[in-house]
Amino acid sequence: MNEEYPIAISVQNLTKSFNRRTILEEVNLDIRRGEIFVIMGGSGCGKSTLLRLMTGAIKPDIGKVEFNNQDLTMLSEVELEKVKRRFGMSFQSAALLDFMSVEDNVSLPLREHTRLGKKIIDIIVRMKLGLVGMQGFEKMMPNELSGGMRKRVGLARAIAMDPEVVFYDEPSAGLDPIACAVVDQLIVDLSKKLLLTSVVVTHNMDSVFRIADRIGMLYRGRLLEVGTPEQIKNSSNPVVQQFIQGKLSGPIDIRAHEDMAS
Amino acid sequence: MLKLFEKIGIAVKEWATVSIGFMRLFADACYWIVFGPSRQKPVKRAPLFEQMVFMGTKSIVIVFFVCFFTGIVLAMQSAYQLEKMGGLIYVASLVSIAICRELGPVLTALVLAGRIGAAITAEIGSMKVNEQIEALETMGINPVRFLVAPKVLALFLMLPCLTVVGDLAGIFGGYLVGVGDLKINSYLYMQVAFKFLSLKDIYTGLSKAFVFSLIISLVGTYQGLNTKGGAVGVGRATTISVVTSFIMIIIADCLITGIYYYWNV
Repeated sequence: MNEEYPIAISVQNLTKSFNRRTILEEVNLDIRRGEIFVIMGGSGCGKSTLLRLMTGAIKPDIGKVEFNNQDLTMLSEVELEKVKRRFGMSFQSAALLDFMSVEDNVSLPLREHTRLGKKIIDIIVRMKLGLVGMQGFEKMMPNELSGGMRKRVGLARAIAMDPEVVFYDEPSAGLDPIACAVVDQLIVDLSKKLLLTSVVVTHNMDSVFRIADRIGMLYRGRLLEVGTPEQIKNSSNPVVQQFIQGKLSGPIDIRAHEDMAS
Repeated sequence: MLKLFEKIGIAVKEWATVSIGFMRLFADACYWIVFGPSRQKPVKRAPLFEQMVFMGTKSIVIVFFVCFFTGIVLAMQSAYQLEKMGGLIYVASLVSIAICRELGPVLTALVLAGRIGAAITAEIGSMKVNEQIEALETMGINPVRFLVAPKVLALFLMLPCLTVVGDLAGIFGGYLVGVGDLKINSYLYMQVAFKFLSLKDIYTGLSKAFVFSLIISLVGTYQGLNTKGGAVGVGRATTISVVTSFIMIIIADCLITGIYYYWNV
């Protein structure tokens, strides 16, 4: 559907290792503007590392990450900080600053990076909270909210600066099925309404097929297969089939899988 | 044998990494405090004042009591010795000089290292393990500027003030013993207490307080920012932070006293 759109993020030949253990190996990936790209894979397969490499939080050993044809790995710290303002990130634990109210959390990037007046910031904050269905909770503290609500506030903060790309790290982790569906719907809505490019890391299969335009399956640090939900569902690769059906028997080594998870 | 060298090598490397990290944090914090305003990113007033109240105003009572009772003990212990030599009146000057030069700044700093150093590490450490520090970085907000600089500046301003409170409390404790128990004339006690107390004694103590404040806030924030491994990690980092601050305060105290003593500044 987005074939005609330009490439927003391009990952080329990416390799990263920690303490001599290779986490990602020669990953190549193009994400087009406006699409929802889901990266799925088991625990410890390098999903979160790939996400952090794309946001510029860590640097790769080999390869590069391009955002709008700009190589993030070659930028200076100041330039990278400017690029980061065009990214939004929703964290697994929402990562709201717990000494600040909902309102202050959402307005933080605006207060730090713009010279907008308080009144305008207030309007933007209310609008963003409205987009995630959290209007009226401005004065509450993060510890007074449920997990799903915190995630939604985190999302409002991620889109506060009108980013071009939003990264989601396990958006459905720790949520009940309904809250999970709400967050999924929100990801799709925001993506369509604000024409956002979304990169979602998850291993929740229901979510994957509900939201994805395209899916990339990561296995043992390599990108095994990329395709539309239909293509992935009908994949002939036994690893992909075992993973999406959650079967115990198959080519994925269960013990190694558990070792990595722990 | 090779194992031993390996262990020594690892320890030295770790020590060097920590030292470099610590110095870099110090430089970063100073940079943002001094040059932040010219980069349109000054330390914000609201969090600064909030920290000053938390670190300063709310520590007054505990600092007062610790120094007050130390003043009392000091007066009684020195009276026990000075009485034998018939120099009971010198209890006054001994207490005031010992408190202002040494005990006031050191005790205040140790109390604050326990109260504030631990709080700083626990707060920043739990932010670190809950991805909040990473969230700040992703938003393009420098955590050193946003979290560390206000704390360092607040304690740098408040610890010397608290030290003055501690000095006064200690002298007051000594005064109560001197006048109440040793029956020294109140006016005479004050005369002797302040006659021998030179300006140098005061600024020796206060200069220590400035250094101690940097030790407490930087060790606290450094340990917080380098916390790893969930709730257990936060606990471990907090313990290391307090212990390191205590040791560094005592060592710094020794060095500064040595400098004043040998160079006679």
